[in-house]
Amino acid sequence: MIRLTLDGEALVLPEGTSVAAALAASGDDHARSDLAGRPRAPFCGMGICQECRVCIDGRRRLACQTLIREGMEVERTR
Amino acid sequence: MIGAGIVGASCAHALALAGLSVRVVDAGLPAATSAGMGHLVSLDGSAAELALCSDSLARWRALAPSLPASGAYHRCGTLWLAENEDDLATADDKRAALAMAGIGSELITPTRLAALEPLLRPGLSGALRVESDAILYAPRVADWLLECVGITLERAQVTALEDQQVRLADGRRLGARVIVLAAGLQAGALLEGLPIEAKKGHLLVTDRYPGRVSHQLVELGYGASAHAGQGTSVAFNLQARPTGQLLIGSTRQFDTLDPRVEPALLARMLERARGYLPALGAINAIRAWTGFRAATPDGLPIIGRHPEREGLWLALGHEGLGVTTAPSTAALIRAGVLGEHPPLDPSPYRFERFRASAPADGQR
Amino acid sequence: MNERLPRECELLIVGAGPAGMAAACAAADHGMSVVVIDDNPAPGGQIWRAGPRVDLPLRAQALRERFERLPGLRLCSATRVIDAPAPGRLLVEREHDAGVIDYHRLLLCTGARERLLPFPGWTLPGVTGAGGLQALIKGGLTVRGERIAIAGSGPLLLACAATVRAQRGRLVALAEQSPWQALAGFTIGLWRWPAKLAQAIALANPRYRAASRLIEALGERRLEAVVIESLGERREIACDRLACGFGLVANTELAQLLGCALDERGILVDQHQATSVAGVYAAGECTGPGGSELALVEGRIAGLAAADQYPLAAALSRRRARWQAFAAQLEQHFALDSSRLPPRRATTLVCRCEEVTLGELEAHSDWRRAKLASRCGMGACQGRVCAAATAQLFGWAPPPPRPPLSPARIDSLLLAGMEEVQE
Ligand SMILES: Cc1cc2nc3c(=O)[nH]c(=O)nc-3n(C[C@H](O)[C@H](O)[C@H](O)COP(=O)(O)OP(=O)(O)OC[C@H]3O[C@@H](n4cnc5c(N)ncnc54)[C@H](O)[C@@H]3O)c2cc1C
Ligand SMILES: Cc1cc2nc3c(=O)[nH]c(=O)nc-3n(C[C@H](O)[C@H](O)[C@H](O)COP(=O)(O)OP(=O)(O)OC[C@H]3O[C@@H](n4cnc5c(N)ncnc54)[C@H](O)[C@@H]3O)c2cc1C
Ligand code: FES
Repeated sequence: MIRLTLDGEALVLPEGTSVAAALAASGDDHARSDLAGRPRAPFCGMGICQECRVCIDGRRRLACQTLIREGMEVERTR
Repeated sequence: MIGAGIVGASCAHALALAGLSVRVVDAGLPAATSAGMGHLVSLDGSAAELALCSDSLARWRALAPSLPASGAYHRCGTLWLAENEDDLATADDKRAALAMAGIGSELITPTRLAALEPLLRPGLSGALRVESDAILYAPRVADWLLECVGITLERAQVTALEDQQVRLADGRRLGARVIVLAAGLQAGALLEGLPIEAKKGHLLVTDRYPGRVSHQLVELGYGASAHAGQGTSVAFNLQARPTGQLLIGSTRQFDTLDPRVEPALLARMLERARGYLPALGAINAIRAWTGFRAATPDGLPIIGRHPEREGLWLALGHEGLGVTTAPSTAALIRAGVLGEHPPLDPSPYRFERFRASAPADGQR
Repeated sequence: MNERLPRECELLIVGAGPAGMAAACAAADHGMSVVVIDDNPAPGGQIWRAGPRVDLPLRAQALRERFERLPGLRLCSATRVIDAPAPGRLLVEREHDAGVIDYHRLLLCTGARERLLPFPGWTLPGVTGAGGLQALIKGGLTVRGERIAIAGSGPLLLACAATVRAQRGRLVALAEQSPWQALAGFTIGLWRWPAKLAQAIALANPRYRAASRLIEALGERRLEAVVIESLGERREIACDRLACGFGLVANTELAQLLGCALDERGILVDQHQATSVAGVYAAGECTGPGGSELALVEGRIAGLAAADQYPLAAALSRRRARWQAFAAQLEQHFALDSSRLPPRRATTLVCRCEEVTLGELEAHSDWRRAKLASRCGMGACQGRVCAAATAQLFGWAPPPPRPPLSPARIDSLLLAGMEEVQE
């Protein structure tokens, strides 16, 4: 099992899980907020739509194409 | 009005407000207005340039409350960044020049600069802050200016300028008492002997990173790049869009009309930008593109009556400053067409200035 | 993963789906040094995507094993091509670094993506693509016990339904816009491809409704229900997820950046899978959607042609023709009927990134004008989603791609300027 944090909250999930699936596993699958502050969640699942942009260890990455790692820090983006 | 870029749109707007019925013809060709940055900036390459900027900035300020929100007018101010003591001296000269034109600005210390823009690299020598400078989204503002009573817009290409009429690609002819040529770089295809040259520029926009930068940031060497008469140059220029996106410039290149992004030059431009804002390195870029500035030999636009052709007026050659100077260009055209007193001395912008030195080159 | 990026190779393949893997095997078997770049964490492409919740078919496992053991192959997963800075050179980015790779020959196996059309409520969390939901599930998303609606068009809806069932999701709707006549014609035509007929039967689902129209997704901050119209009747169906897709669109952006000609289906290729640019080949769904069998055979032909094995490549052309005929059937029977596409509502967002509505776009005559006036397509996805939508809605030609091909760090773009890369 792999431990990571999402917006500071700890999550423990099986190896091979995508960050997008980790968002969902947290109980709130949104990845970012739109201009009006409404939530947006992974949509295309395959690196096209950019809806799943999150900040991973300080870099803006796609949740749907990134696997979780031990100690990874994920933050939702604005 | 030939051309619906920011210059043509501003002229059409001003003439329509003066009661003329204005027909704008635009071919939808690649336009500088859609490629540019929309920084409303006081440049002081010459007294005439500064006069045009200062008059224009006041006009933009007056218009601002009526602009649509999508025009994204924002008075963010400019920080002219000094890397060393020489730059600081340049900054002080600029301050003095702006003051002569009635534009307030202040030199700020490195500490103050770091507080205003914490992402700038440490070790800069200070900056000149010009609070009255602003930004806007020019393509949208141009469209809005054309939504004015008295203006009709026609999507068509002008293929020839004739006496008080133009020929369109479909063979039709449109007549007008006054014809204004505001066709940017492509004006040369309609009128021989125009001393305008293309200066290619690259821009890059990032994903949204709201709240990271608040002023338009420009290196003091920008003026030298903008006013260079040859060669390829790169200067740091960065704008924070209201969306949180960062727009990064700038490059200037002569002798090319190839619109493709040149990755090596783009990299040089970004390297320069990262030198000022190290945090940019980890930021995601989403798109790069190029545009062409229409440049005259002395860097000033051509505004005013054509010396020989009855009823023909010119409003073109605005290089990298046409969004800024569109309102005064329009005011000068309006005053000329209506025979009113001009808002500023029109002589530095007249086409005749290029004729006087080389009287023999009148080909027509 | 932290291994250094390769600097050069004889054959560079972009995409590790069926086409890319088959091509790599064919070329490496003939002694070429091959580098494969793919932006997913593991090879497999769309259909054989790996993940904690995936049981790959034996055939796929066998190909993957052979592929991963190829001598002379370097696989770079989780690596994305972001620009083509100079002839014979691609710029790639990974999570922690970037680099340029020089090649003698290039093979594009970039696959296809789903066509995602706008409808009211499509930005609500819980709404995904159909292949998108499959991909998320393969990446570890749990849907057990969730109520799931699937709507749109194409065989991918059935594949998605099968995945949902296998994961014990509760399928509450499966709405296909094509009419029964077309679907029946398609299924009957399948006798020519027995494997596909068996698949169709296996995927057949009692919830399947033809001639159905997706009307809207409802919900406050998350999806709560979907409205679907079938046989003239509108029904509101409560659900936790809605997976939708309207067929596939070839990923041609890199090819366009390289100057390759396209046809109406995807990248234009000749009988050797060669594009219009010398030394650049293309295979699989980036040349037009056609399924994994066609992708496999095209990939092999391209790999052989890139290794100058023309007679061996030519021997495969009959097999390719057979699967091309299958692809043509698919296209014909799942043709989109605009009267059964979601209703056009002025307030529906078309550009998800820059939040531009259909109403704002309708006034314009083409993509360029619409983009300048409204910022449509100027956001992070660079119009990948909305340009395919406006092509469908208004017939607008999509914009040519501009570098970077997808969002990339400025640090990575700096490498494009290097004459000789020392690193
Ligand atoms: C990269 C870059 C950055 C810039 N940044 C700034 C900045 O920050 N601040 C600033 O003030 N300025 C900036 N500029 C400069 C500014 O964008 C231009 O000076 C200005 O847009 C010029 O406007 P225009 O209306 O004269 O020409 P254009 O915008 O080029 O418009 C000309 C119009 O004429 C039409 N046309 C041409 N020929 C014909 C024909 N035969 N028939 C019919 N129609 C025709 C075209 O379709 C076009 O719409 C920048 C320019 C570039 C390239
Ligand atoms: C979302 C989706 C789901 C599908 N599910 C099924 C299914 O369940 N069953 C079925 O029979 N068919 C399915 N298909 C059809 C399937 O795509 C094909 O049958 C087959 O996968 C095509 O193989 P390919 O090699 O041509 O492309 P793909 O399998 O699509 O592989 C292309 C690969 O290239 C990568 N790539 C693209 N651009 C870049 C770049 N710039 N840099 C790096 N990597 C890049 C992609 O991420 C991908 O991994 C699906 C298609 C899609 C789009
Ligand atoms: S969900 Fe679309 S890019 Fe990740």
